[in-house]
Amino acid sequence: MEHYNMNLTLKVWKQKNKDTRGSFETFHVKDISSEMSFLEMFDVLNEQLIEEGKEPIAFDHDCREGICGMCSMYINGRPHGPWHGTTTCQLHMRAFKDGDTIVVEPWRANAFPVLKDLMVDRDAFDRIIQAGGFISVNTGNAQDGNSIPIEKEKADQAFAAAACIGCGACVAACKNSSAMLFVSAKVSHLALLPQGDPEKKTRVLNMIAQMDKEGFGACTNTGACEAVCPKEISLDNIARLNKEYLSAAAVIDK
Amino acid sequence: MLDSKIPAGPLEKKWEDYKGHVKLVNPANKRKLEVIVVGTGLAGASAAAALGELGYQVKAYCFQDSPRRAHSIAAQGGINAAKNYQNDGDSVFRLFYDTIKGGDYRAREANVHRLAEVSVNIIDQCVAQGVPFAREYGGLLNNRSFGGTQVKRTFYAAGQTGQQLLIGAYQALERQVALGNVKMYSRHEMLELVVIDGKARGIICRNLVTGELERHFGHAVLLCSGGYGNVFYLSTNAMGSNVTAAWKAHKKGAFFGNPCFTQIHPTCIPVTGDHQSKLTLMSESLRNDGRIWVPKKKDDNRRANDIPEDERDYYLERRYPAFGNLVPRDVASRAAKERCDAGYGVGTTKQAVYLDFKYNLINKYGRAEANKQGITNPDQETLIRLGKEVVKEEYGNLFDMYEKITGENPYEVPMRIYPAVHYTMGGLWVDYELMTSVKGLYALGECNFSDHGANRLGASALMQGLADGYFVIPYTLGNYLADDIATKPIPTTHEAFEAAEKSVRERIDTLMNIKGKQSVESFHKRLGKIMWNKCGMARNEQGLKEAIVEIQELKKEFWQDVRIPGEVGEMNPELDKANRVADFIELGELMCRDALERAESCGGHFREESQTEEGEALRHDDRFMFVSAWEYKGDSDWNLNKEELKYEMIKPTQRNYK
Ligand SMILES: Cc1cc2nc3c(=O)[nH]c(=O)nc-3n(C[C@H](O)[C@H](O)[C@H](O)COP(=O)(O)OP(=O)(O)OC[C@H]3O[C@@H](n4cnc5c(N)ncnc54)[C@H](O)[C@@H]3O)c2cc1C
Ligand code: SF4
Ligand code: FES
Repeated sequence: MEHYNMNLTLKVWKQKNKDTRGSFETFHVKDISSEMSFLEMFDVLNEQLIEEGKEPIAFDHDCREGICGMCSMYINGRPHGPWHGTTTCQLHMRAFKDGDTIVVEPWRANAFPVLKDLMVDRDAFDRIIQAGGFISVNTGNAQDGNSIPIEKEKADQAFAAAACIGCGACVAACKNSSAMLFVSAKVSHLALLPQGDPEKKTRVLNMIAQMDKEGFGACTNTGACEAVCPKEISLDNIARLNKEYLSAAAVIDK
Repeated sequence: MLDSKIPAGPLEKKWEDYKGHVKLVNPANKRKLEVIVVGTGLAGASAAAALGELGYQVKAYCFQDSPRRAHSIAAQGGINAAKNYQNDGDSVFRLFYDTIKGGDYRAREANVHRLAEVSVNIIDQCVAQGVPFAREYGGLLNNRSFGGTQVKRTFYAAGQTGQQLLIGAYQALERQVALGNVKMYSRHEMLELVVIDGKARGIICRNLVTGELERHFGHAVLLCSGGYGNVFYLSTNAMGSNVTAAWKAHKKGAFFGNPCFTQIHPTCIPVTGDHQSKLTLMSESLRNDGRIWVPKKKDDNRRANDIPEDERDYYLERRYPAFGNLVPRDVASRAAKERCDAGYGVGTTKQAVYLDFKYNLINKYGRAEANKQGITNPDQETLIRLGKEVVKEEYGNLFDMYEKITGENPYEVPMRIYPAVHYTMGGLWVDYELMTSVKGLYALGECNFSDHGANRLGASALMQGLADGYFVIPYTLGNYLADDIATKPIPTTHEAFEAAEKSVRERIDTLMNIKGKQSVESFHKRLGKIMWNKCGMARNEQGLKEAIVEIQELKKEFWQDVRIPGEVGEMNPELDKANRVADFIELGELMCRDALERAESCGGHFREESQTEEGEALRHDDRFMFVSAWEYKGDSDWNLNKEELKYEMIKPTQRNYK
């Protein structure tokens, strides 16, 4: 791979805390290597700001391997930036060229209030899981792991849904700020497995109810979520959720 | 004085007997007992969930925005269990034996045996929770092999095993939150331990959003705060992983066990430049199918694919024919370093070796698929195409990650890899019940020292974290709390809470008021360099002595010249980092002392003065058959306590993987 260096202009959202209004500020960085990750470019910027006696830009990150779901930047109008199936932390500077201007914002959704600069509060996702995103089995009750054979295809599909990292990019991409892709990934993961069967109906109803309560919008099937999801969670999961929801609602109505 | 409280009786009966005789707390009393769990990785989330299920009032803490994001999420390759589903000769004894041997005979037999026993329950529990482990076409669980063993006992979910296990534990935890048995405090960082009358009774945390200090009471405190590999700055750990919780406990009386035992993982993406903020692991499971090699010729600048087969040195297969590419990590790492130091390294920096999938992609997977699909005499292209599909299913996410980071396609060209800091076997010293040397203070998961001796085998950390949390602490904690049922919650206005909060406040104020010139990050990088160069893959007396002096100087400089922007009473990530780096600096010194004191090589601890003629780690059992348990006395001042290791079942020998 050829390496190159670049100079960039960054327009970054700055906001002191939840209760204040934010605005864009412009920064310049020099000699950024194409081998750096996007967050390493921010590290360089922050070191520069500290050097100048200014406050660095706050952003969420931890694993920097695309798996914890913590990083969350809205880059040039797209959650996690230009690369398909990629988190912010795995985006590398090869994606940009010398002289580019990059606009960086936090996730924007009523259910995800900004805490500071590029950090948002995603506790709503945890509360949706609390509403039913689990299998009720206490420790020590389990039977032998191989006593429940599971069709490989089903197991693989469940795994693909369970790969969701809870980052919230789907919400940030959606014009309605719907959390449907996230919720459907969990509903599918558990509904596809026999272990999840007994709580199938209450799970989907309770999770959807909580989703509405948190202020996420409705799903109008535009598919923006799937397009930006770093784990390529499929819209099929939303279809599955809808089916689960309808059949559960029908039963409960009786 | 150091009583590890190992139960009497034959090794394979100890845990069963213990469980049969342990004191219990009745359900009504459990409701009145509060337990603090710091950390929600595999160890913490499983402990909090299991204790919540039992009816204790649990409070759990993590510094990320959600418990689901703990560093455990990043574990890739798999989790071991002695299920013997493969019928290949595995058993509890073998898992126990492999772990003791892999740890180079520096782990406690009783703990490791218990770990091997409960390993089978872990898999069952996880399956019941809906963890989507990899399966065979018949619907049964699949396994892969890992280093240091000759059986296939590793359960996995592609290259995302940690993620799936943690999501399972997280969901169990959130279920308890919903039931009101666990209260979750995310974006909270523990900054002090509160000890009253010799017992751990609470913690002081910083609310990372508001900057406020908070006091929390618990009848017992469980630290599940992970490992301290980030003392080296560059490691495979998540950026936030730190030693602070364990270090505060250490300074309040908890002994630190074997601090110098660090695992350097052989297969990580090499460093590219000074901008590097972390290193990325390429899972050990890749060594199942990847062959490691360097050119036979020094300074060979040809591209990997242009180097013919007979000019490649598969040095692990050459040196260790019995285990080949699957030797334990410490052995594989040193062998890579040896080749690179001798001038055979590859890539621009020459600090890398190849991990090559071509052979197995074609011969193992390609052929198997062709057979399955009834294709006779498949050509090379077909084999490659078929092989790729299988490899994608097994390791797709890892290959993608490699490509995103390096810009190279590992299906086409071999990966370049180099060893990197990965795991810390050392940690808070605990007894058989996982209690530290402070009463009522427990340590679980990577933050304790207990099960892996001087080198951890792959896929055993996840096993240990979940064993501690789901299956050990629910029993051992009851044994302690049974005597505490009459203790009423201590109000956090108690003078010990006042004093602890005051000390945290003063330290933060001191840090903020230094107003120096150098960033926290720059100090962390400098510490990392000292540690990597002098307390890393190879260590010697002179280097360690120098490192101690250099670290002491760095510490002085840090406390005179660090610059932390922002305010105290608000979200301030630089301040959080400063708190952590200050502790890392002190820990670094202790690690060097420990490494200096242990004038032998064992597992990942390689003292250049102590090696066999073939360059393998040479132990000195006559002098070092003990756990070093360091007691904090004051600034740069420690007292060494020793826990003698007694081997009843296994006879320690020179490890041999040839
Ligand atoms: C890249 C990578 C891959 C790995 N792959 C494997 C594998 O395939 N198989 C295997 O067995 N092992 C693997 N390991 C090792 C394994 O993942 C870890 O050892 C294990 O997950 C540690 O779990 P834990 O629960 O002890 O700690 P962690 O998961 O690190 O959790 C620590 C928790 O403590 C919290 N915390 C820390 N300090 C504080 C504080 N002061 N206040 C409040 N909260 C705090 C954190 O927020 C977090 O919740 C891998 C490790 C890495 C780095
Ligand atoms: S569905 Fe995709 S975008 Fe949404 S939270 Fe999960 S991983 Fe992120
Ligand atoms: S930092 Fe973990 S996914 Fe990006």
